[in-house]
Amino acid sequence: MNLPQIINRKNLTVKEKFYNFFATISGLTIFNMEFFKQVFIPPYEIGEIKKHMSELGVKTFPIVSITGFIIGLVLSLQSLPVLERFGATDFLPATVALSVVRELGPVITALIFAGRVSSGIGAELGSMRVTEQIDAMEVSGVNPFKYLVVTRVFATTMILPILTVYVIFIALFGGFLAVIISQNMTLEYFKNSVVSAVEFGDFIPGVAKTFVFGYLAGIVGAYKGFTTEGGTEGVGKASTTSVVLASLLILIFDMVLVKITLWLWPTY
Amino acid sequence: MADILEVKIKNLSKRFENLVVLDDITLDVKRAENLIVFGQSGTGKSVLLKCIIGLLKPDTGEIYIKDKNVLELGADELNKVRKNIGFLFQSAALYDSMSVRENLEFPLKKILNMPQNEINDKVLHTLELVSLEEAIDKMPSELSGGMRKRIGLARSIITDPQLMLYDEPTTGLDPITSKEISELILNLQKQLKMTSIVVTHDLICADIIADRAIFLREGKIAFEGIIDELTSSNDAFLKNFFSTKLIKE
Repeated sequence: MNLPQIINRKNLTVKEKFYNFFATISGLTIFNMEFFKQVFIPPYEIGEIKKHMSELGVKTFPIVSITGFIIGLVLSLQSLPVLERFGATDFLPATVALSVVRELGPVITALIFAGRVSSGIGAELGSMRVTEQIDAMEVSGVNPFKYLVVTRVFATTMILPILTVYVIFIALFGGFLAVIISQNMTLEYFKNSVVSAVEFGDFIPGVAKTFVFGYLAGIVGAYKGFTTEGGTEGVGKASTTSVVLASLLILIFDMVLVKITLWLWPTY
Repeated sequence: MADILEVKIKNLSKRFENLVVLDDITLDVKRAENLIVFGQSGTGKSVLLKCIIGLLKPDTGEIYIKDKNVLELGADELNKVRKNIGFLFQSAALYDSMSVRENLEFPLKKILNMPQNEINDKVLHTLELVSLEEAIDKMPSELSGGMRKRIGLARSIITDPQLMLYDEPTTGLDPITSKEISELILNLQKQLKMTSIVVTHDLICADIIADRAIFLREGKIAFEGIIDELTSSNDAFLKNFFSTKLIKE
């Protein structure tokens, strides 16, 4: 039984589930190694990468905009009563800004992105697999891994940091709106408080880790799609398991990356 | 005819877990010959094609195309050999996200690196060959089953392959379209002087195309010869197979 057959089997026993889990881990590891092998070999398919970046950006733009705005707004509304208890409402802009820049902006954007993009890539490549389009590409002499996987994963890796920066600003705007509704605070004061609270060092690790999150969202979706078996049912499964696995890996890697950041810069 | 491919298969075996699909197959396909591969469903006909093109790796055996054993080739060398081979999938396998024009342009851009003006001419000429010039800007979802097969065929032959592999080219089509596709395959083979291996269940298709036929049974070649000999065989199994087919058709 080959790897996709093992992974896509139904009604597994506990022993088989363990086997399945390690098969997925090993399959994903091999897939990652193949990505890093292929990404440096020409042709680089720049046109395809640009096309995917543009598509992914357009696809996720509305949902991350709404999410970012609401996160900032709700964070402000939730923090305000707590800060009022301590007479520290002046710290509201800094609280919102640091929370959004350091953690909420990158992670929430990555999770929303994974939900939208991993499932899309999983379904698209899965559908191409079961309808023999990937085989057709391979027999025509084009490397489907390079053309379909490398371009998409590279695009997700590059586009997520851009979206994250955008979401951070939208969330700050949401936070500001919540403040002016309930507090007598000017935009100038809010802006100055944010700028003085957020240092460049807060911004960089938060945005830098989204390169990893973007990569994870892309590679998991591509892996699940590329190894799809079992017709349309397999495509559906690839799509849903992509989201679950990518979200889980994003949270695990977030924990690891925060720990590494604190180890490298103890004052962060 | 010197550049037309011939295929030599020696002692080819392939199994999936405990199921033996191909069992010690030895077969020669001559230059510019049309070979039909018959057999019941699940007897390894498509597996044979996929082994020839390198999509599946057989357990044992050798496959020579133009005197190169494709099983010993690295990825780059295998891709060079594949440039001379066309493959028509049962589902036509058109790229859903691309229009007909883009489907046909894809191998020319990616494999042959042709300039755009030559690509345009080549696409139009190939669509003329399959009589579907009007479909050039349609998406695959807008095409009928027969049109998809024709476009799939056009994409397969656009790089001027010397060997064509057809996986059930008429399955799922009505008898008239099926006959048209079979005649188209024969005409293209004559015009382009390709070697063809055609997996099919369709006797009419086989009758139109075949120079020679083989019948796979339990992983082995149970019969090899011309179509008339095959359909008039005294073997009880073959008699039963073809009488059922003829009744259906």
